[in-house]
Amino acid sequence: MRKASFFNLAALAVGLVFLYLPIVILVIYSFNASRLVAVWGGWSMHWYAELAGDAPLLEAASISLRIALVSASAATVLGTLAAVALVRFGRFRGRLLFAAMIYAPLVMPEVITGLSMLLLFVAVAIDRGFWTVVIAHTTMAMCFVAVIVQSRLIDFDRSLEEAAMDLGAPPLQTFLLVTLPLILPAIAASFMLAFALSLDDLVIASFTTGPGATTLAIRIYSAVRLGVSPEMNAVCSIMVLVVGLAVIAASLLTKLSAARGTPARI
Amino acid sequence: MNNGRRQTSFIAKLVVRIPYAWMVAFFLVPFLIVVKISLSQTAIAQPPYTPVFDLAAGWQGFRSFFTGLSLDNFTFLGSDPLYILSYMKSVEIAAFSTLLLLVIGYPIAYAITRTPRRLQAVLVLLVILPFWTSFLIRIYAWMNILQHDGPLNQLLLFFHIVREPPAWLSTDTAVYIGIVYSYLPFMVLPLYATLEKIDESLLEAAADLGCPRWKTFWLVTLPLSAPGVLAGALLCFIPICGEFVIPDLLGGSRTSMIGQTVWTEFFANKDWPTASAVAVVLVCLLVTPIVVFQHQAMRGTGRGS
Repeated sequence: MRKASFFNLAALAVGLVFLYLPIVILVIYSFNASRLVAVWGGWSMHWYAELAGDAPLLEAASISLRIALVSASAATVLGTLAAVALVRFGRFRGRLLFAAMIYAPLVMPEVITGLSMLLLFVAVAIDRGFWTVVIAHTTMAMCFVAVIVQSRLIDFDRSLEEAAMDLGAPPLQTFLLVTLPLILPAIAASFMLAFALSLDDLVIASFTTGPGATTLAIRIYSAVRLGVSPEMNAVCSIMVLVVGLAVIAASLLTKLSAARGTPARI
Repeated sequence: MNNGRRQTSFIAKLVVRIPYAWMVAFFLVPFLIVVKISLSQTAIAQPPYTPVFDLAAGWQGFRSFFTGLSLDNFTFLGSDPLYILSYMKSVEIAAFSTLLLLVIGYPIAYAITRTPRRLQAVLVLLVILPFWTSFLIRIYAWMNILQHDGPLNQLLLFFHIVREPPAWLSTDTAVYIGIVYSYLPFMVLPLYATLEKIDESLLEAAADLGCPRWKTFWLVTLPLSAPGVLAGALLCFIPICGEFVIPDLLGGSRTSMIGQTVWTEFFANKDWPTASAVAVVLVCLLVTPIVVFQHQAMRGTGRGS
């Protein structure tokens, strides 16, 4: 007996317009031929062409992509291990501290995470640069991965694993042949989300980066502080497109994951 | 669930210990270092940096580690109204915007649960999607809209709602718009998750007994959605308190939130001990909400163990 009243529909419509209109306006302005952002000078790809010649920006984009790739891979492995540890190993010693460490970074203000990471790197005298940003992003992203994979592990049908073990499969084999394939779509989805998190992060990267490792977000931030510009509209539009596609792919994978291994929902 | 047998295996130990060690090394230890530096004298800890633990110095080093600690930075924070105002501003903005988010997010989450199942999944995805495009870009999009001759003012002038274009940027209003916009998915998702679980038959029972719809909502739906309200409020309130990007790009220079204060102390003033002390106090303020959040999160997902 679900019925959407007029009020419900209005709330939905207003909510979605509020969420999407700013991004749509941003993308439209990125095609504005005029240098003055507020004056419409006709459609043009001019600012996108301009970007292709902006070497520092492209360099920053390449650094960001590499950091995102490495940290998302590491975060996926570590986060999956953490999720398995939390869901399948019951009460090991220090579980409470472990769970607390996994959940805290999800809400911890980024300024604090960034600051504490930097002070660690300084304390152990590591030169800051590419790898320090990777470590920081891995730490932040693995918590998100752990939570996503964990929720998948919880609502999946344990009888499949039990069947495998009843038939004589050792625990490791059961995990690799039964559990892992079933949660793989969730793992793939959290990889993509970890990738997007790393690509987007400004605060933690600013604290942990060093010479020669200026990420795209840092470069955009320093440009944006000076005000609105058509080139920035174009860069941001491209990032919106890339991240949007990644998230749609990720959510399709999650759906696939939900469809497998659990009794069908009607 | 023969956990006993599994736990004895070597691999099982590794599965626990690798991520455990990582989190201790890169989350717990860094935080302890922040606490330590917040307790050290400003003069000693100028960069280049003095080592935190001088293991080679043995007992002597251990003793000097403790004698070097002082609460000066904290008394300094307490004596300077700049910091106190900054904390108050952060809590005020976070509390008020959390309330705004609830008022705006609840009807949206509720409306999603009233649509057919298949559509719900799509709507949830539509709500999450902007969350994954960076804060920076979404705030930048609002800079476009709110600038002096931007689309908002053009619209207001066109419809003769205002005579003079109002200044939106560098005001608290702009900060609120930016925060509500950025955090809306964080509010809608937990609300939707609890609202969606509410048993339809309870609502039908209320209707059968002659309860009007608004009253059913007030007496049945709203109380049952309390855990979602709490989760959403915490998920928004805690990070907003430490928010940096939004007030920095949309807010005025007069009002500084605590995230900006940490940033300025660290990058502009290069005063690491003060920055650390500001961060430690922020965590102390947030420790209760963070613990409540963890408790909620563990109760929600920890059933499988």
